[in-house]
Order: sequence, then structure tokens, then C-alpha cells
Amino acid sequence: MFAYILRRILYIVPIALGVTLLVFALVHIAPGDPLNAVVGPDAPAEVVESLRRAYGFDRPLPVQYLIYLGNVLTGDLGQSVATGRPVVADLGRALGNTLILSVGAAIVGFTSGILLGALAGWHRGGLTDRLATLVTVIGVSVPHYWLGMVLVIVMAVELNLLPAMGMAPGGEGWGFTTTHLKHAVLPVITMSVIPMGIVARSVRATVAEVLQQEFVQALRAKGLGRGPVLRHVVRNVAPTIVSVLGLQFGYLLGGSILIETVFSWPGTGFLLNEAIFKRDIPLLQGTILMLGLFFVLLNLLVDIAQAALDPRMRRS
Amino acid sequence: MDATAASSPAPARPRPVRSPGYWTMVGRRLRRDPVTMACLAVLLLIVLSAVFADLLAPADPYKASMIRRLRPIGTPNYPLGSDELGRDMLSRLLHGGRMSLVMGILPVLNALIIGGLLGIAAGFFGGRLNMAIMRTIDVLYAFPSVLLAVAISGALGSGLTNAIVALTIVFIPPLARIAETVTTQVRGMDFVDAARASGAGSLTIIRVHLLPNVLGPIFVYASGLVSVCIILASGLSFLGLGVEPPQAEWGLMLNTLRQAIYVQPWVAVLPGLLIFVTSICCNLASDGLRTAMEVKL
Repeated sequence: MFAYILRRILYIVPIALGVTLLVFALVHIAPGDPLNAVVGPDAPAEVVESLRRAYGFDRPLPVQYLIYLGNVLTGDLGQSVATGRPVVADLGRALGNTLILSVGAAIVGFTSGILLGALAGWHRGGLTDRLATLVTVIGVSVPHYWLGMVLVIVMAVELNLLPAMGMAPGGEGWGFTTTHLKHAVLPVITMSVIPMGIVARSVRATVAEVLQQEFVQALRAKGLGRGPVLRHVVRNVAPTIVSVLGLQFGYLLGGSILIETVFSWPGTGFLLNEAIFKRDIPLLQGTILMLGLFFVLLNLLVDIAQAALDPRMRRS
Repeated sequence: MDATAASSPAPARPRPVRSPGYWTMVGRRLRRDPVTMACLAVLLLIVLSAVFADLLAPADPYKASMIRRLRPIGTPNYPLGSDELGRDMLSRLLHGGRMSLVMGILPVLNALIIGGLLGIAAGFFGGRLNMAIMRTIDVLYAFPSVLLAVAISGALGSGLTNAIVALTIVFIPPLARIAETVTTQVRGMDFVDAARASGAGSLTIIRVHLLPNVLGPIFVYASGLVSVCIILASGLSFLGLGVEPPQAEWGLMLNTLRQAIYVQPWVAVLPGLLIFVTSICCNLASDGLRTAMEVKL
């Protein structure tokens, strides 16, 4: 097991480096001089030159990348061009807010998806099966930013039951109060629809596949009741489902930008939005890098969890 | 049958029954699948109404009218209401389908060609080339697709071309991976070895033996990505990263109408409803195609 974990860690090092390289490249695929956002196009040439040296843009690209990598490794993600604050500070708060939504959506989406998928897989062709198929199709086809709007219209505009946007009145931070929780209900439900559909589909397919294997027949023939058979099925289904859940959680974290825009939720998506429209490249880079590295780390954890659940994985 | 055959003086040689070809069978299976047929019909309707938007639209989709802003659904001359600048919603929805469909299909087609070539090359030649291609793809895989699309189009800036470039890059990794997997499987089969033993070169093997077996699964997989791409593309426009105003496009319309949800909520959700219908039909049609073509992925 230890050797397996070590191998997986070695495997993600080049990928993590690739992520930093891609994020570094974002500055250079952006049109125009990266300094334009800092000083404006009509600044005197000497000022531009001195800034170019200060930011290191006069060095060759590989050197620039190494400097960037060094900064990232020491926890320095640069300064926001728009506010002058260090990117790390804003990012920390935003990540926390995004986590609140993602964890909430994961709890709602994963539990309902697993329950629905398991029931559908166990009773193939029944009413639950058809319901699961419907939920799956809607989950993977619905533009969730639109669903968010529809929920706001029904619950906030028409029925006036829940707040439409923001995290709290007056823009304060998060706390576990009724007001805060009420603000989180609509974005959490909206975000949970996609993982619910995808989890339900994978659980249904995996359960149905395991149920058709011979060992299940053997267990039943031996006279085992439903409970013990179920236990064997769960053990065989778990590794696949764990990897689906891990990936989906990563998608929730990294894909929250659209939902956060709909609900004006002050998370990483909101930060990205701001970075894009103010052409604040350091903030854009920092946010993308953190979310990307988070996703890589999550994949590592999923691999390890899978191996812990299924001894066969460790050998491959 | 036996009786007639026995009674006839000179039994005619049994006519050789040609078994129906693969595509005939696929067509037959599709025709027996009502859900897929219904979805294909709806998609055809959406495509046709986008193509002939000029003829079908009752009004100019760009003609604004300050005194006729945000009319409800069913207003005379505005069957589906009017938007925040007083433009006719029905005409804008018809015209908006063009951009949404182009942005939903073109990136997948681009990625199908680029990713398909990369995957087939990696799978067929193996070794170092495979390592180089697939490890690069792994890096792109390290980002959730929404994030990657937003990152690239955010850095490039808004605009139709930039959005299409960003979405193409997003869909290259999954298509390359599928192409590589399928190619590796086919390459290990006996008929490929036989062709090589009989002296066929790499290009001939790829063209004659590999492509016919590999293209089907890749194509089916790509058709499933169209619905994802439509949602993502409209999402980019919704964020202000795709097409630019005053262009009619469903995602952008949804964005600009967001301010109007307190005044005309049901007019504001119409563009999203069309994205939803298009995407769900693409998804179901792709599933039906996969079953009919007996592709297992």
C-alpha cells in the first residue's frame, strides 16, 4: 500500500508542474502587453520599462517560469492589479465561501444520487428505475445557471420564501445562523442537480452490473438473505462510486463560477468574474492555479481511497 | 416451405439471402426507438428554425423600442413578449439559435479532428509518442471543464472566436483519450497483425483496418459532448465571455434578461428553456445512437 501511495504521488508531480506551466502561460496568451492592465497605454516609456523589469517581463520565458514557480512554492501568488492586495488573502476567504456551497451541494447531491441509483439498480425496470433515468437525463442536460434563475423566480420572486442572492444581508461573512442558511438553500440545491444525476447514473449502472455477476448468484443460492447479499454488493460497488464522488466534488469546486454569478455568492467564481472583467491577470492566475491544484490533490486522494477499498487496484 | 420445395419438379437453388448491412441494421433499430426519433425530430426543427430564422422571424431581432420594453408573453405583435430593450423575443430566440448551435457544435467538431488524430497516433504508435501526447492531455484533464473554459477564454478575452478556441481545447482531452483507448484495443486484434505480416505499411493499416473500427465509437462519444458544449458555450456567453451584445445568442440573452426577473420572469427564462430542450434532445439522441450502433464505451 505504501509503495502504491508513493507511486501515485510521484505520478502527480509532473501533472502539478504542468498545471503551473499552463497557468503561467495564461499571461502570455492574453492579448496585448501584460503591463497594460497596470499602467495604461499612455504611460511614459521609462515607467513602462522600469515596471517591466520589476515584474521580470524582460527576462527570457523559461527564467520567468522558474521565478513564477519559485514564488508559487513559497506561497506568493502575486498582487492583485486592481486592488493591490496579495492574491492569497482574497483567495483564502473566497475558497472558504465556495467550500460552503460545494460541501452543501455534495451532501444533498451525493445522498440523493446514491439512494436513487441504488434503488434503481436493485429494482431494474421498476418505477424508481424510470425516476432515476429521468433525474439523470435532467441532471446532465439542464443548464444549471438557468435552473438557478428559475428557482429564484419561483422561490424568491413569486413565493417570497427565500432570499434571491448574496450570502447574508449587508455583505457580512458566513455564520451558521438561520439567515445564512436560508441564503445558501437555493445555490446549494441548484449546484446539487448535476452531481445528483451523474451519481445516480453511475450507482445504478454499477449496482446492476455487480448484481449480474456470478458470485451474487452463488451467495443467493447459498441461502443468504437480502442484508448479507447487499453487504457484498456494497463492497464491490464502493471503489467505483468513490472515484465518481471525488471527481464530482472537484467539478463542484471548480465549476461554481456560473452558480456564484447567478446568486452573487462571494466565492472563487465571483473572484474569477472580477479578475476577468478588470483584466486582473494575477488574480485570475492565482484562482485558477489553486482550483487546479486542489483538483489534482483530490484525484490523488481518490486513487488512494480506491486502493484502500479494493486490494486489486494496488497491483495495477 | 419444405412442402413446396419437395413438390416442385426441379428444386430451384435457394436464393442467397444477403444479411442486411451494419448501417441498415442501425437505421432499423433507430426507427424502432420512439424517444430517439422524437428527439431527432425536435433537433431538426431547432436547426431548421435557426437556419431559416430570416424568413420565420416576424420582426427585426435588433430593432429596439424604448416604449415597448419587457412586454409579457402574448402581447399583440410580441407573441413571446419583448426584452429589456424592447426587441421582439420570438425573433431573437429564432436568430439566437444560430450562434448557440454554432458554438455548441463547432468546438466538438474541431476537437474531434484534433483529439481524434492525437489519440489515434498515440494509440497506434505507442511508446514515447504515446507518453508525450497522453501526459500532456493529463495536464489539461487536471482542470474541471468549466474552469478550463473560463480560464482560457478569460485570458483571451470575450468574443466568438476566443470562446470557440477555449471550448475546442476543453474537448480535446476526452476525445483524445477515447481515441487512444479504442485504437489500442483494435491494434491488438488479429486482423491488424495479419495485415502487418502480409506487408502492409502503417498508413495502409490505419486507413483500411483501423479507421473504420475506431471512428464509430469516437463519433458516438463526440455526439454526447455536443449537449455539454451547448451548455458550456451558453454559460460562457452568460458570463459575458462568449458572443458580444447586441448579438442574439441564448446564453447572452439569459444574461441580459437576468435583471428583468422581477418584472417579466417568464420572458426572462425562455432562452434557457431552449438551451435545456436542445441539450436534453442531444443527450437522448446520442444515447439512442450509441445503443443502435452497439457501441460500448
